[in-house]
Amino acid sequence: MKDKTAKQIKIKALKCAFPYTIPILAGFWFLGLTYGIYMNVSGFSFWYPMLMSLTIFAGSMEFVTVNLLLGSFNPLQALLLTLMVNARHIFYGISMLDRYRMAGRKRFYLIFGMCDESFSINCSAKIPHDVDRGWFMFFVTLLNHFYWFFGATLGGIFGSLIHFNTKGLEFVMTAMFVVIFLNQWQSEKHHESSLIGIGASVLCLFAFGSENFIIPAMLAIVALLTVLRKPIENGGEAS
Amino acid sequence: MMTLAQQIITIVIVVLGTMLTRFLPFMIFHSDKPTPKYVQYLGKVLPSAMFGLLVIYCLKDVSIVSGSHGLPELIAIAVVMLLHLFKHQMLLSIAGGTVCYMLLIQFVFIA
Repeated sequence: MKDKTAKQIKIKALKCAFPYTIPILAGFWFLGLTYGIYMNVSGFSFWYPMLMSLTIFAGSMEFVTVNLLLGSFNPLQALLLTLMVNARHIFYGISMLDRYRMAGRKRFYLIFGMCDESFSINCSAKIPHDVDRGWFMFFVTLLNHFYWFFGATLGGIFGSLIHFNTKGLEFVMTAMFVVIFLNQWQSEKHHESSLIGIGASVLCLFAFGSENFIIPAMLAIVALLTVLRKPIENGGEAS
Repeated sequence: MMTLAQQIITIVIVVLGTMLTRFLPFMIFHSDKPTPKYVQYLGKVLPSAMFGLLVIYCLKDVSIVSGSHGLPELIAIAVVMLLHLFKHQMLLSIAGGTVCYMLLIQFVFIA
């Protein structure tokens, strides 16, 4: 072990990390490709999905950003929406405080690339003792980042070569959120928060209209979750 | 339509906002101190509500009083849910629902 070079340590970590990312490879190519095509048919050149997949690297937010770019210029709404859509990262970060801090300077990239999928793997994978944990997490993040970037860029470039009617393709985003919502629903014992999310959003949509409902809906959700904290937490304990 | 400068500003804001959500815990919480209970609670319950909001956000421009009355959306979402409940394969559910929606609005509910 002592004479192992830095390069061998990295190769070993890469070999160990790759199998964990195979499901993400399939998912990110499909969603990334769709995202690139979606941007293309919405009238954006491939530079947009290419640079956005590289710099934002948060799938759901990138789909939302296409809508933002097609709407009227509203930086405050863009910021608040980003913070709320990505608020879950804060809680991923809280769970990874120690593990990512251990990784030295690589931690900056690990934190930068902490999407749902990288978090899930890095949080749950059983890393063998002879594999460097820092490099393992680094390659998980890098591979996922690369799959997403590659899919989005290809979709952006070849979207214009697609000759079938792409009308309705934007539904992929709705379908994706419905699936994630269902996954959440099935993994939770109590559905107060899911129901609050749907209910408050629908009410605010009717009250404020489609252009202005998001911020009131977010405030209403946080307010309701705060007010109902006692019953929600007690319900969780009772089961 | 936004100008290029406005587009760039919007994208930069999204990038910085995303980075803030990822780096913030490492800036404010120290690993040797316990995380506040309220923050832990929000971390547990907020994601479900967020994805509920995102579903509604996607459907915000659907009108139930005019056009096809939201029927294609309703049918396609039902397909997504059924596929997901019976097969439980994320990509299949997303692809199946999207193809269903595209067929519906291209061939059945022609505007």
